[in-house]
Amino acid sequence: MERKVHVQTTINGEAAEFLCEPRQSLLECLREILSLTGTKEGCNDGNCGACTVTMDGRIVTSCLVLGVEAQGSEITTIEGVARGNELHPLQKAFLEEAALQCGICTPGFIVAAKTLLDQEPHPTEERIRWWLANNLCRCTGYDKIVKAVQKAAAEVNQ
Amino acid sequence: MSTQYNVIGTRPIRHDGADKVTGRALYGADIQLAGLLHGAILRSPHAHARIKRIDTSKAEALAGVKAVATAADLPESGEKIVDLGEGATPLSYIRGNVLASGKALYRGHAIAGVAATSQHIAEEAAGLIEVEYEVLPCALTAPDAMRDGAPILHEDLHTKEFGETTGKVSNVADHFRFQIGNAEQGFEEADLIVEREFHTATVHQGYIEPQNATVLWNNDGRVQVWTSTQGSFAVRDTTACILDLPVAQVKVTPMEIGGGFGGKIPVYLEPVAAVLSKKSGRPVKIVMSRKDVFEGTGPTPGSFIRVKIGAKRDGTFTAAQGYLAYEAGAYPGAMVGPGAMCVFAAYDIPNVTVDGFDVVVNKPSTAAYRAPGATNAAFATETVVDEIAEKLGIDPVDLRLKNAAKEGTKRADGPKYRRIGCVEVLEAIKASAHYNAPLGGPNRGRGVGIGFWFNAGLPSSCTISVNADGSVNLVEGSTDIGGTRTSIAMQAAEVLGITAEQVHPSVVDTDSVGFTGVTGGSRTTFATGWAAYEAAQDVMRQMKERAAKLWETDASEVKAEGGVFSANGKRMTFAELAARIGETGGPIVGRGAVNPRGVGGSFSGVIADVEVDPETGKTQIVRFTSIQDVGKAIHPAYVEGQMQGGSVQGIGWALNEEYYMDESGTMRNSSLLDYRMPTTLDLPMIETIIVEVPNPGHPFGVRGVGEANIVPPPGAIANAIYRAAGVRLRTLPMKPSTVMEAIWAK
Repeated sequence: MERKVHVQTTINGEAAEFLCEPRQSLLECLREILSLTGTKEGCNDGNCGACTVTMDGRIVTSCLVLGVEAQGSEITTIEGVARGNELHPLQKAFLEEAALQCGICTPGFIVAAKTLLDQEPHPTEERIRWWLANNLCRCTGYDKIVKAVQKAAAEVNQ
Repeated sequence: MSTQYNVIGTRPIRHDGADKVTGRALYGADIQLAGLLHGAILRSPHAHARIKRIDTSKAEALAGVKAVATAADLPESGEKIVDLGEGATPLSYIRGNVLASGKALYRGHAIAGVAATSQHIAEEAAGLIEVEYEVLPCALTAPDAMRDGAPILHEDLHTKEFGETTGKVSNVADHFRFQIGNAEQGFEEADLIVEREFHTATVHQGYIEPQNATVLWNNDGRVQVWTSTQGSFAVRDTTACILDLPVAQVKVTPMEIGGGFGGKIPVYLEPVAAVLSKKSGRPVKIVMSRKDVFEGTGPTPGSFIRVKIGAKRDGTFTAAQGYLAYEAGAYPGAMVGPGAMCVFAAYDIPNVTVDGFDVVVNKPSTAAYRAPGATNAAFATETVVDEIAEKLGIDPVDLRLKNAAKEGTKRADGPKYRRIGCVEVLEAIKASAHYNAPLGGPNRGRGVGIGFWFNAGLPSSCTISVNADGSVNLVEGSTDIGGTRTSIAMQAAEVLGITAEQVHPSVVDTDSVGFTGVTGGSRTTFATGWAAYEAAQDVMRQMKERAAKLWETDASEVKAEGGVFSANGKRMTFAELAARIGETGGPIVGRGAVNPRGVGGSFSGVIADVEVDPETGKTQIVRFTSIQDVGKAIHPAYVEGQMQGGSVQGIGWALNEEYYMDESGTMRNSSLLDYRMPTTLDLPMIETIIVEVPNPGHPFGVRGVGEANIVPPPGAIANAIYRAAGVRLRTLPMKPSTVMEAIWAK
């Protein structure tokens, strides 16, 4: 077994550290070492978006980031989206608009959509579709997901 | 409908919602256990090969490896025939698909499993297993495999013809015929006959969560399984059967499931993980890679179809004939039966003959995919119907209306329809804003199509216990893939006169609820909802007895309406009475166990507007409406969601998706980059029109909504492309190169 590396990072606003093998992806580290299993694996090659997290404010597919690359960075996962007991407007909108069926892609969509709303408070439908095109959902046909993001945008802007 | 409901038809927040938007919901791969080992599967690199030798010694010697398993570790299946809910099947086929024995029958066929202390070590060890293969020629399509002299997959497979076993060894497992009237005579009465041939590619369900299984073969001999599956009892029974154990020696705990669409009915990993657990004495988790999912799990059949329809000048169909050859993959069981049932199911045609062929080929063993078999068939029929409409100068919706199946219509496979909503779906298309709107641009065309799926019944179980605060706990066995906890809870709430939120539904393990069939066949809201209805009725009977006791009257005097019990001028709410069940006799538990008949088939229609780029052949969906008779929409938002999801899978099937196979039987696009499923950017909003023709066979009129919506899109889109680009396409997918070749050939 390869020697493990000590990684110090910030996850969902709190200091975190872990030991990982150099070959382990950030996705593996989050799920297997830190038990943050809200981030999902759908393909492990960057094509489905289920493992979307943010790294220093940027969207990344965590399966394509090595755990050791998290050193010194700030990571946000689905577990960090709600404020304590209060759901984020996106999470509420996903529930109200029935924007999930099986729910496996939902964490990735919410993390990705939150990054959009953080940067652009008034995205058009086209812009939302463009932004979320790296996140695959096989259940919904995206209609209700796009509507949920529109609804959350309206609420965030109130 | 005059029936007024309090809960049914509303849109409550789903009960598992908070868990699923916060990442707390635990799916199959999320399970963590003390001492957990990780597994990997070695798969065949050849589409057809004799396995001469397997040497696992190097893998076993790798540090961190705790167990290796091959087919030799599974009990012999002998000649046993088993019925695990999908018809009688030789156990050797089910076992053989889990771990190859003797021959590898497709690229991706599982050869061996490894358990190790980490995923990386397990994968490394799988690579160290040495397998000596004798590569054999392969047959990859139904027409190829049916040819004389084709490579034979199973030397013991004797063709069944019209129900009789013939002595002939071939790749055709079954040739059957459905027949009503006299097609030959019917065609003689026709003024116009259109006959066309169609090819459809193998496509995958494309669920985002890969298959997974975690198994602990415990020290007491019980085998505990955690998995994401469409049917925990199906997993239990199949795993027990392969391991030659009594069924209840296996306990299956269903985890949340990340999509299935039919593909998570079969068992792939559980028996392998079980053997690895037994050998290592530790729990073993195996999660498929995406490539494993494409190469090793059941996609839906590719097919070759010929459809012939005869019509009179006024549009009346006089006869229809279908020839459906579906690729089963490595083992018999292509969904050609349902395809043949559905191919002309939307029409009232007096003379019909349908021939179906179940053909084994060197591709992964196929599994169900949302209305399995029907989409391929409807693509053919709807394209031919459109051509007839054009040739006769009749509006395509009017032509369909003229021939639409209705109550009393006899389907080619035998049954007569009870009350169905085919006509209502067509009328809804005609009356829709979309159908009457202008196309709005050049190179655009509008197509329509309709389709049918018969839906399933199957057993379901449910118990409801009453809490002192007036809420109830509902326990059921249907794994929830798309909000069925809520659609089931709502039916109980309606009976109990409480809110959906006052029902706490749980999907539990196979030790904790009565037998429940798979979440499939659009049956869950229908059948498990019915079980909940029965359980709620049982609760109400007992609640009335308690009220009668308090009021010193007879239970038959107690009335219940809208959550209020009353008798002789006395009243109590459900909650008030619930608070007093302790003093009136103790806990109240209601039970419902059903195996419903009364299944109501569902008709679905599509209006598709496309724009075809004449220079690249790329087809863009500009506007899209899905129309479906659902009987009764329990939770309309999730009904719309099913219609939208099925539509988009149908769009992907129509335009992009295919197993792109090379001559050696290797899938060349086994990633989600290259197997291109629709993204947000490919689509407009998907409009929905819910039609409600109540199913007389269900207490609330439910038909089931999951499947019929995927059936019409490819045909409707083909018809739209014809109007946009002037080319009739008869091959799926209708990708840019196919469109361009047709335009150039014009």
